[in-house]
Amino acid sequence: MAMPVIELRDVSRRYDGGPPALCDTSLSISPGEAVAILGPSGSGKSTLLNLIAGLDRPSSGTVTVAGVRVDKLTEAGSARYRRDKIGMVFQFFNLLDDLTVIDNVVLPAQLSGMARDAAHRRAAELLGALGVARHAAAYPGRLSGGERQRVAVARALINRPTLLLADEPTGALDTASGDDVKRLLNDLHADGQTIVLVTHDLALAESCATRVVRLVDGQVVADGRTVTAGRAR
Amino acid sequence: MSATGRVVRSGVGRRRVQTIVIGLATMIAVTASVLGGSLVVASSGPFDRAFAQQHGAHLTAQFDAAKTTPARLSASTKAAGVTGAAGPFPTVSAAPRDAADRELAPMTVVGRTTPDGGVDDVPLSQGRWVTGPGQIVLSADYPAGPSPLGVMLRFTGLPESPTLTVVGVARSVSRTADAWVSPSDVARLTAPGAAGGYQMLYRFAEAGTAAQLARNRATVTAVAGTEALTGSQSWLIVKEANDRNTALFLPFLVAFGVLGVVMSVLIVGNVIASAVGAGTRRIGILKAVGFTPAQVVRAYVAQALIPAAFGIAAGVVAGNLLAIPVLADADQLYGTTTAGMAWWVDAVVVAVAIALVALTAWAAAWRAGRLRTVDALAVGRTPRPGRGRWTARLSARLPLPRPLTLGLAHPFTRPTRATAMLAAIVFGATTVTFAVGVAASLNQVQVAKDHAAADVVVDTFTPSRGPGPAPDAPRPLTAEQTAAITAAIKAQPGTARLYSVATTEVAVAGTAGAARLYAFNGDASWGGYEMVAGRWFTRPGEAAVPGTFLTATGTRIGDTVTLTDHGKAVAVRIVGEVFHPTNNLLVFTDAATFAATKPTLVAASFHIGLTDGTDVTGYVTGLNSVLASSGFTAQPGQSGDSSDTIVLLNALAALLTLMLVVVAGMGVLNMVVLDTRERVRDLGIHKALGMTPRQTITMVIASVIVTGLTGGAIGASAGVALHRVVVPAMGHNAGVTLPVSVTDVYQPANLAILGLGGLLIAILGALLPAGWAARTRTAVALRTE
Repeated sequence: MAMPVIELRDVSRRYDGGPPALCDTSLSISPGEAVAILGPSGSGKSTLLNLIAGLDRPSSGTVTVAGVRVDKLTEAGSARYRRDKIGMVFQFFNLLDDLTVIDNVVLPAQLSGMARDAAHRRAAELLGALGVARHAAAYPGRLSGGERQRVAVARALINRPTLLLADEPTGALDTASGDDVKRLLNDLHADGQTIVLVTHDLALAESCATRVVRLVDGQVVADGRTVTAGRAR
Repeated sequence: MSATGRVVRSGVGRRRVQTIVIGLATMIAVTASVLGGSLVVASSGPFDRAFAQQHGAHLTAQFDAAKTTPARLSASTKAAGVTGAAGPFPTVSAAPRDAADRELAPMTVVGRTTPDGGVDDVPLSQGRWVTGPGQIVLSADYPAGPSPLGVMLRFTGLPESPTLTVVGVARSVSRTADAWVSPSDVARLTAPGAAGGYQMLYRFAEAGTAAQLARNRATVTAVAGTEALTGSQSWLIVKEANDRNTALFLPFLVAFGVLGVVMSVLIVGNVIASAVGAGTRRIGILKAVGFTPAQVVRAYVAQALIPAAFGIAAGVVAGNLLAIPVLADADQLYGTTTAGMAWWVDAVVVAVAIALVALTAWAAAWRAGRLRTVDALAVGRTPRPGRGRWTARLSARLPLPRPLTLGLAHPFTRPTRATAMLAAIVFGATTVTFAVGVAASLNQVQVAKDHAAADVVVDTFTPSRGPGPAPDAPRPLTAEQTAAITAAIKAQPGTARLYSVATTEVAVAGTAGAARLYAFNGDASWGGYEMVAGRWFTRPGEAAVPGTFLTATGTRIGDTVTLTDHGKAVAVRIVGEVFHPTNNLLVFTDAATFAATKPTLVAASFHIGLTDGTDVTGYVTGLNSVLASSGFTAQPGQSGDSSDTIVLLNALAALLTLMLVVVAGMGVLNMVVLDTRERVRDLGIHKALGMTPRQTITMVIASVIVTGLTGGAIGASAGVALHRVVVPAMGHNAGVTLPVSVTDVYQPANLAILGLGGLLIAILGALLPAGWAARTRTAVALRTE
């Protein structure tokens, strides 16, 4: 069996002495898996994603991603880790409005120190593959939601991350754009990209994930191959 | 609590950074204003104010004790026109030696039992007044400088060599004495057989002109004994000397004071307007839930006033605490002891600060309150789309690290805020440039005024001061002595050049009174005589003169004047105007010019320039061993030494500059804080994409680089322009034309460094928010609306 790309062991996260947002959670994700994290609001989905992305630290337990102890990283180490290992896609795209599409996409590469020409070649390749190459010189404000999310995916993939994290990637999109994004995620997974997807959207989970983890009150209550299986547990 | 009260409380409590910035900016601005205002007040007629407060003497008269009596002197206080009098005080002139047995300058010692008495109150700046024999209070203006309290001064050459302990330092605005002792000690300090003296201090009903004072002097001396009067001093002379001395510094301190006040107004206005402006969206929300525009305005005025009130209170305390040493320095400069805090400066600053905060907050909140609710809600936390995009595109193509180029493009997305920041930096850079320039100019004034380029000086006389006897004449040197000293100096290894100066009085044709002639043997053009116009004399028959001579005689460079010595006329051609602040008529010429009329003109001092690398101390020791038999001593020259005045002014300039730079930095800090807060979500995105804390700091710092450099360039230019206005005004105030070496002090390299001062202010102001941005947790930043 392949070494897990993500390994959470007995992870808890509490905020300001309140009830735990995540409670003694253990989770293991293998390379190439597409995992959907499902759960109601406040169930700990985003906390789990933040811990994997190195945006937050657990109160207890360990988080290991691609061999890196994420819970031990410094701020600068976390930043480098995100650059090298993680690509992130957000519900509201989080594109920088004052940068063009191509400048948004190349940003993580430039922060990593990639040469400008190489970064632009890679960005152009990604934008082409994602079907938004014609918008390279446009500003994000002029794009549709689906196009913006494609740009966000291009930006997430520019550094060839080990792991793609997606937080409600269709949450702000209309049905057609949402379907576009679902297809895109499926394609990426088909190409071997490991994906962790946080969503409320059962249909998205059903169509994109090979495994579904259900969280309730900070605890894993189901973990199975499909949404149905997840519910059954 | 009312709804408005809750909104105010949450606004103050939850927006802590903004609250702290408002409080700090107000505090520093008020501190600078109190300091600046106090300096302006202290610089407003310092002598007249001190003279009025201390009941200065219009006339200080010295009488020979052998030719009058205390009863007659007391009777003179009843003379017509006298409105106040003090004395008779016994007085004597004596030269003390300090603990190291060095002879100090002769001092006029007056016996007074109390520091006050209706006329010429003498406030103490240190220690206490004499309580009995064996104690002495020194004048702060005593030329040898105030000795530390407790030091023993010994008066040798008198029976029992009296020793007095320094118990205090005081300052007489009328300059009536160099020291005060118990009356019984005056007798101990009087040489056997010498006639004692009495000092009388008078105030008159009319004393505004020299003629009135002359009449009053005649009236009182008629009673006290005209033949007994050995000297007198008019307050007008003291005032003129004091005003002339302080005139050089007044515009400088006033300029700093005004700069402090103006900058404080600018920064407080900026901070409050920006803070309220940044709350426009919140104002929209308040209106959406039912707040009226008036309630919104009241809430935001209160929200600004609460932290500002704390800042104002702290600023008044800090300003007063800082003003104590600063005003003490100003006292030292002005020769006064009264430049204490004026309570109304505090009151005015507090009132203006409160009004400024309230008005600015009201105007900004009123503007936001009048926006349609939907528009106020739409005011995003990110800049209006389209602004600064071309700079963002351009900067993205620069071959620089991306965090740097991201930051460089920031100011163009918020042009109004960038302009406000630019204004703060411009003021800061102007202040720094101006302060550096004025400090350099004052140093040059001191160098040029002292003509002290010589490495070693041999003096043959010591001048005396005060209303006592006339100045000591140079100890008469014989021609042989002069030749011997000259030969000894020339023979001393290390001597590179030498000139000697003799002085005498000559009459100037067409002008009343005498001119003091400085006759030089040897080339003195290297001696530190700065030329305002024309050149130094190069041959007999030529002369250089100060501007006062040209004004008084109505002559110009190139004119010939006739100087008369004992009935013999000598024509000299004026070839240059030399920088020498003085009221007197002075003429600098070659001694050979008067060779025919004054063959016995004796040198008063010898000025020696040493070869490079010569040790001054060793040279002085060697020369003194040779001169020992002549009774004269060589001393190191004062080139490169800073006078107390210059040290004080430099310290003042440094303190005031630091204050104003901090105020400017606060302005930058506020802008960057607002910018960083508004862009916190963008920061979160950058960090989520892998921007390290160091890269975040780089980006935030880079966002002020363009503004800093631009502000620095503008500020440096403005500082130079201000210097060009203020420094000549300082000279004009003092009645002198300043030489180029004083007015032209900025070198291109210095200017470039000063221009970078703006960048430094910007970076210092941005450091704190940059650190905050770097520490902000990415997940929190991403969640921020």
